[in-house]
Amino acid sequence: MEQITILEGRENHLFEKKTGAVQPDISCDTSSLSGSVSQRACVFCGSRVVLYPVADAIHLVHGPIGCAAYTWDIRGAVSSGPELHRLSFSTDLQEMDVIYGGEKKLYHSLIELIEQYKPKAAFIYSTCIVGLIGDDIEAVCRKVANETGIPVLPVHSEGFKGTKKDGYKAACHALMKLIGTGDTDGISKYSINILGEFNLAGEAWIIRKYYEKMGIEVVSTLTGDGRIDAVKRAHGASLNVVQCSGSMTWLAKEMEEKYGIPYIRVSYFGIEDMSKSLYDVAKEFPERPEIMEAAKQIVSEEVKQLYPSLQKFKKALTGKKAAIYVGGAFKTFSLIKALRSIGMSVVLAGSQTGNKDDYARLKEMCDEGTIIVDDSNPVELSKFILEKEADLLIGGVKERPIAFKLGVGFCDHNHERKIPLAGFVGMYNFALEVYQSVMSPVWQFAPRKGVKR
Amino acid sequence: MLLRHTSKEVKEREGLTINPAKTCQPIGAMYAALGIHGCLPHSHGSQGCCSYHRSTLTRHYKEPVMAATSSFTEGASVFGGQANLLAAIETIFSVYEPDIIAVHSTCLSETIGDDLQQITRKARDDGKIPEGKHVIFASTPSFIGSHVTGYANMVTGIAEQFSVSTGTKKNQINIIAGWMEPSDMREIKLLSKKLGVKIVLFPDTSNVLDAPQTGKHVFYPKGGTTIPELQSTGDSLFSLALGSISAEPAAIALEKKHKVAFETLDIPIGLTATDRFIMKMSEVANVSVPDEITDERGRLVDVMADMEQYLYGKRVALFGDPDQLLPLTEFLLDLNMKPVHIVSGTPGQRFEKQMRQLLDARSPETNFRNGLQADMFLLHQWMKNEPVDLLIGNTYGKYMARDEDVPFIRFGFPILDRIGHSYFPNVGYSGALRLVEKLLSAIMDRQDRDALEEKFELVM
Repeated sequence: MEQITILEGRENHLFEKKTGAVQPDISCDTSSLSGSVSQRACVFCGSRVVLYPVADAIHLVHGPIGCAAYTWDIRGAVSSGPELHRLSFSTDLQEMDVIYGGEKKLYHSLIELIEQYKPKAAFIYSTCIVGLIGDDIEAVCRKVANETGIPVLPVHSEGFKGTKKDGYKAACHALMKLIGTGDTDGISKYSINILGEFNLAGEAWIIRKYYEKMGIEVVSTLTGDGRIDAVKRAHGASLNVVQCSGSMTWLAKEMEEKYGIPYIRVSYFGIEDMSKSLYDVAKEFPERPEIMEAAKQIVSEEVKQLYPSLQKFKKALTGKKAAIYVGGAFKTFSLIKALRSIGMSVVLAGSQTGNKDDYARLKEMCDEGTIIVDDSNPVELSKFILEKEADLLIGGVKERPIAFKLGVGFCDHNHERKIPLAGFVGMYNFALEVYQSVMSPVWQFAPRKGVKR
Repeated sequence: MLLRHTSKEVKEREGLTINPAKTCQPIGAMYAALGIHGCLPHSHGSQGCCSYHRSTLTRHYKEPVMAATSSFTEGASVFGGQANLLAAIETIFSVYEPDIIAVHSTCLSETIGDDLQQITRKARDDGKIPEGKHVIFASTPSFIGSHVTGYANMVTGIAEQFSVSTGTKKNQINIIAGWMEPSDMREIKLLSKKLGVKIVLFPDTSNVLDAPQTGKHVFYPKGGTTIPELQSTGDSLFSLALGSISAEPAAIALEKKHKVAFETLDIPIGLTATDRFIMKMSEVANVSVPDEITDERGRLVDVMADMEQYLYGKRVALFGDPDQLLPLTEFLLDLNMKPVHIVSGTPGQRFEKQMRQLLDARSPETNFRNGLQADMFLLHQWMKNEPVDLLIGNTYGKYMARDEDVPFIRFGFPILDRIGHSYFPNVGYSGALRLVEKLLSAIMDRQDRDALEEKFELVM
């Protein structure tokens, strides 16, 4: 493993934090190098993940079958009611459609779907091929909207037209068309939208409960456990609370411009950031001090309960080292703090889609010697996990087996997590999962660095 | 009731696919390429394709899956992807150091007209392919065929682009693996060894996608058919293609190029398909069947006899891929079970004809459809109209099984929620025995669950 080198052209995408040394700005926000084994996805993927949790809409993928097949119910974004989002709808474009155009097929598919499922709205995702053959999906959507009376929204998510982030934006664009079309009567002055929370394993429900306990009305969650009617009236809220900065900041800015709704950025991971996200919202409503009182009450109650239960994990995990490689950089910040609260240090911190500011902040937060990396690949990840002797990798589906092959623990902090990691209870779950994996007896039998232990 | 919207009334749909029983060609090409030793699959298209295929294969195998991508941008889509692919080839050889890059196309690169043959030739002419290294390719646009034909195209590419004939025949048989699991490939090798037949099996994903924990992450695990083995396929005595859709095209390519005669058999799933495989092997290699194999067969038949009363007449719905569905259906019929509905998203008249033939002879009233709109929505509608006792298919069948309260056996690709498929074979007599065990367990568990107390049997 010692001979592993960094991919040519990747040198500027990573550095090791060293005090005193002059370190260039990290290179990020760029597309991946041709020929790299990147862990990233495409524009379509970005749109699909943002809109996916809207459960009473149909999500029709206009393209060849793969794009619909690979995104069929792979995210645990749960719904309390309808579950249309968990089905897979495709126009399954064939060679003849590519030659003669797929508009007719799209039209018929939409009419059939709407008749069958009676959805509140329809999202139509255009894929690479649709961008090339030039189907006028806007026109088809307009026609179907007129005929059926429901919003039919095109999502311009051609895979090659940028990065996953551009897909987030295309999704937000579709949401913007819905927002402002609903009735805002009766919405409290003390109200928020929760943005960038996708209700994985029911996390949005946990967060929502905290805010409601504070006396705040949650107008809509974008898009976790999402409903079209709630999205339509989102402009009636007084504040946008944005998590997962990568996907929803654009929407928050648009809403600020168009509807004058201010926004704040929060994170629900870890005690520190979770508490802060309650306080920060309370601060936005200073004329009602009872909101802040309630926030303090929640934090103190939750922490009182949580803190002792974490000690067992902390005792076992103190001194252990973690590597973090997740989608958005904002999550990385929270994870570093959360890991520190259970005694663990971070030896590698990276993201798929962070920007310059994110990496500057990461550098500030991290310990000396930490590797900071943008858009990494399995070679780099393996190299640094071994060199820095990490005991844990936090990542997504493609990273899990790499960690296990290397003989280190793993925690899925991506969309395949099965238990809620947000909120105070989420911190407990997170600590438990990390503890379970890092301290598993299996590592006694598993060599690391190819050496038996 | 996740599928509560599924209506009983079946209407012809114009274009819409709901809950597909297939996926696109490139993932098949990627899977096939992983069965070559030292090979890095390369997806010539957008970044998402590669990421999705790797994720899906990782979920199915719980193994790291390495593959590179051309990372198309808007520019590439306007000016063509040649520059991207040439740059990719250079990067891959210098950094990831594979022996082989296996490039497959995507809907995007095909539609803009990238010619993989021309680009790889240019890469060779420009000196971007180091001495002793290889770049092979297959055309796999997503708007044609399915993951199964994508697999076939890459296997054909492997056969065509590696095989050499030296003029001297080698005493060996080519076995071209149709789409099967690493465990199945392992079993094919084991059976050949027991028969005493020297074979070249390709592709071979055993020891690649079922690799042991070693404390290292290696890009190129131990397994996979090697370059010398692949080159020698042109000198083999005979080719056996296991699967008419996923393996036969490669056998045809070897016959055309090097006059290696071939025969196509079903993937040896079940008793009679395994019989045919063993008999054919013994015939073409001129070996007798050892007692060890005869006894294996005997044990399978013994269990089939012991348990025939529990299997008789059980109604089964199944969906999946052509080359597995054919022998599986045959096996269900051999077990005196009743295939009621069969669906495959993979299009093609060849498969349709073969399945019709089998059904016409032994179960003419079975509902069968493949190709467009042959999806799980249709299958579910059929199940509502004519209920079944058992459902067999990939993980996505679990919604139907739950909604209709039918026992479910996972079989096919992908299996995202169970392990076992990579480790225990479905092929050969031992694979068939495992299938019988699974069928019986599913049926008997259900019988136990539903039995009235006085009818709750201890001895079954």
